[in-house]
Amino acid sequence: MNVLVCVKQIPDPNAPGKLDPQSKRLVREGVDVVLDPGDEHGVEAALQLVEKDTGEVTIISMGPPKAMDTIRRALAMGAHRGILVSDPALENSDALSTARAIAAAIKGQRYDLIICGTESTDGSSGAVPAQLAELLELPLLSFAKKLDVADGKAVIQRQTDDGYDVVEAPLPAVVTVTGGMNEARYPALRGIMQAKNKDVKQVGLGDIGLDGQAGKAALTQEVVEATPAEARKAGEVVEDKGEGAKRVADFLKELKVI
Amino acid sequence: MAGVWVFAETVDGTPKPVVLELLTKARSLGDTTAVALGPGASKSTGELAKYGATKVYVHEDPAFREVLATPAVELLARLIEKDKPDLVIFGMTYDGRDVASRLSARLGTALIANATDITARDGSWAVVSAMFGGSVLVTTVPRAKAPTLVLIRPKAVAAEPAASANAPQVETLTDPIDNSKPAARVLRRETEKAGGPKLEDAAIIVSGGRGLGAPENFKMLDELAAELGAAVGASRAVVDAGWKPYAFQIGQTGKTVKPTVYIALGISGAMQHTVGMKGAKTIIAINKDPDAPIFKLADLGIVGDVQKIVPQLIQEVRSRKGK
Repeated sequence: MNVLVCVKQIPDPNAPGKLDPQSKRLVREGVDVVLDPGDEHGVEAALQLVEKDTGEVTIISMGPPKAMDTIRRALAMGAHRGILVSDPALENSDALSTARAIAAAIKGQRYDLIICGTESTDGSSGAVPAQLAELLELPLLSFAKKLDVADGKAVIQRQTDDGYDVVEAPLPAVVTVTGGMNEARYPALRGIMQAKNKDVKQVGLGDIGLDGQAGKAALTQEVVEATPAEARKAGEVVEDKGEGAKRVADFLKELKVI
Repeated sequence: MAGVWVFAETVDGTPKPVVLELLTKARSLGDTTAVALGPGASKSTGELAKYGATKVYVHEDPAFREVLATPAVELLARLIEKDKPDLVIFGMTYDGRDVASRLSARLGTALIANATDITARDGSWAVVSAMFGGSVLVTTVPRAKAPTLVLIRPKAVAAEPAASANAPQVETLTDPIDNSKPAARVLRRETEKAGGPKLEDAAIIVSGGRGLGAPENFKMLDELAAELGAAVGASRAVVDAGWKPYAFQIGQTGKTVKPTVYIALGISGAMQHTVGMKGAKTIIAINKDPDAPIFKLADLGIVGDVQKIVPQLIQEVRSRKGK
């Protein structure tokens, strides 16, 4: 079974993101970038599937040349090969351009399953997987907590408001995974060494036949203002010296909760 | 007048609460049409009209309930081609997100997610979205052909019935739904519901995070919640760790809540979580890390060990209620 995993390089989520007031874009300078932690679960899910069966895991990412580090990280976890879609014209792309670029970059390649995180940790729109599924005319199994593949079908437990639905689709299909699906492995030193020699193909828009059809030339939307939200005023913070519970209870009484 | 459509998710004929919020916003922007799909959808037309729909498209094919996204995308694409609305609004729900995203790829239109508000601007739209856990508000304008697709976060708009509502024009559709393409089909539905008030409706929420130390410590929260008549919630970290089912999750992925009082126990306050609860009127937080971001939001913060303080708090609440 061959699995494609879409990954994104994002600013370290432990360092809060900032927007540049001028360009309205994410400040990238001086911020560490990492493989989106949500995508690590996608890589792990793919590795577990091919370990049970046979086949290869291919990692794809769209981003600046530095996003190569993110692909290498996934390769160090055990993935087999990578594709980096990188082009200056793709800078500041919207979700639809990202989906178009990924769809074009894998044209003619056959994957049984395409796995994505449910949403990126930085942008959180969660649009790319469904857009990719639409462009490829594939079913989408979204918000999966559990994934099983057998007999040419994928079956997931899909998160709902009250619990979960069991949903099935024939392969090939696109799946989005939630963090609860697995515990992502940490790359071993051996994996990190091997990753350096694994094949990663870098392509630009011209290589995938998308010149003028994605990125700047095809923006569907533009951010025109960015302002800090009115922050909640922090209240009183007190250290518990045995009176903490009493303080909370007093406050609840004041609020007429009790 | 602009044509504004609302994707009206219904369950057995009852609109989801977010749908009434979307209609409240939609009717301030233009002439509002609701699209209600699936078995029982026709029963929802009165309620949809009450909140501002002047026209309702109804299609009751079971495929809308049994197959994820694709049947709704097929039908919406067809109707949009015919009527050419200017704006289509979806709730940022599991299904809303799948349908809107697929539709944007099908039509090549703008999809703006995580929206909290929409206004008319220069003959088009300006959409406000919350980023970085709601700490930054960005305004996005569409640059593609109509319609603009917008996903609005639940509870971003307060639902209010329209001042006057007439019987809507209902158009019941029966066009065949193509069932031949490979699709994601729902085999069965499992409910993992808690007792007590629903999280979305609860006036008081007691919510737990990793700081509780172990899944069995959620019992304390259940006890405290029972004393307060509160619903129990959880952070993504503990849901991912399997301590609580997804139905309890509050945050970006999960539920958005707006209770009168939110009590965060052992929750650090990652943006992922706070985006779902920062609308609470009053926030109380207990956490052992004095630098936890939750304290920047809390009206009252206690730096201390939740495992020690919560049992004391249950006693304090009991003794006060006894008085």
